[in-house]
Amino acid sequence: MILDIRNLTRTHGQGEQAVHALRGVDLTVAPGELVAVMGPSGSGKSTLLTCAGGLDRPTAGEVIVDGNDLTTLSRNAVAALRRRRIGYVFQDFNLIPALTAAENVALPLELDGTRSRTARKAAVAALQEVGIDDLADRFPDDMSGGQRQRVAIARAVVGERRLLLADEPTGALDSETGEAVLRLLRDRCDQHGIGGVLVTHGARDAAWADRVVYLRDGVLVGQAGPLPEADALLESR
Amino acid sequence: MSIKHGLLALLQDGPKYGYQLRGEFEAATGATWPLNIGQVYTTLTRLERDGLVQAAAARAATVEDDGRSMYEITGAGRDELAKWFETPVTRESRPRDELAIKLALALAVPGVDVGAVVQRQRMSTMQSLQELTRLKRNSSDGEISWQLVVESMIFGAEAEIRWLDHCEAMLLRHRGTPRPAPRTSVVPDEQEARS
Repeated sequence: MILDIRNLTRTHGQGEQAVHALRGVDLTVAPGELVAVMGPSGSGKSTLLTCAGGLDRPTAGEVIVDGNDLTTLSRNAVAALRRRRIGYVFQDFNLIPALTAAENVALPLELDGTRSRTARKAAVAALQEVGIDDLADRFPDDMSGGQRQRVAIARAVVGERRLLLADEPTGALDSETGEAVLRLLRDRCDQHGIGGVLVTHGARDAAWADRVVYLRDGVLVGQAGPLPEADALLESR
Repeated sequence: MSIKHGLLALLQDGPKYGYQLRGEFEAATGATWPLNIGQVYTTLTRLERDGLVQAAAARAATVEDDGRSMYEITGAGRDELAKWFETPVTRESRPRDELAIKLALALAVPGVDVGAVVQRQRMSTMQSLQELTRLKRNSSDGEISWQLVVESMIFGAEAEIRWLDHCEAMLLRHRGTPRPAPRTSVVPDEQEARS
């Protein structure tokens, strides 16, 4: 499993004011699998994603990414794992405007100590895979929304990423551009054996996933898509 | 929509046999609407009766056509087809929505967990939506005609899920509020307001 979440609980505040964002959630994502998380506003979708990405610490439970339990690692170790193994795609792209497309994609590698020439090469290759290597030296402000999201996806999968976390990645795009982005996310998972989690409130987006889970009030209440094979279930334990 | 107009449309570019029409119909709609050959010939017979198609000039019978004739569209058939393309499809002409009726009854009948009905339906529709998306994903660019049909089903399934979300939110809002007394005075009030 790329991601193995067990009994994940996240509570904000204490006592009577406590807000239970997540209550005992289990979720696994296998290599090459894309799992969509749906649910109404406030159901815990985004908290699930930030916990899976090591951006938030759970109150209880385990978050195992590529064999490492984030809840037992030091802050620095979590940060290193995040840089090397986890990629993010956000609704508003989160690209750095002062950097070109290639520099944006190379950034996580360089932060992790990769030489800049090697990082640049990897970045251009990643941009080529998402079909926009010709825009490598362009700045985000000179690109369309769809192109910017492609840069963000390239950044999320560059290097040795194993887990791709996407939070409403089509939210700022029109329906056809959004679909191209989903197709791309789907292909990245299939071709690179990356595990993906897609948080969305759109059913049409979620339908690109292998499995769709539904959250309500911090609890998983439903699942659509093929159930995991029996041996996969045994393996995960 | 009727099979009738579908067959007329396919006959526009020349005379065809029944089995040929069936094949072309399914290719155009991505086999989302399977026809049996009996339906095709029954429809052709009715179209012929109404003067919208006619048997095409006799040709040598082959084993495949089973002794049946080729059909071609008539002038009246072309007019009918043009009218069909010009007229928008109204929502009222579609069959009643079983799901809406089921939910309405679930609310009216005591002892039904409406929330569970909504959730089960949502996951089931989601599963269909996934299957449709897979179909779309595996289709090639040349199959535009049936991609349109699949897209229509995809948007339909999405709308159903959004409607279910909406129903659920409404149910939550109304949970615990006592049912209002039956509004028997609605009709007289309206009449008063109009007069």
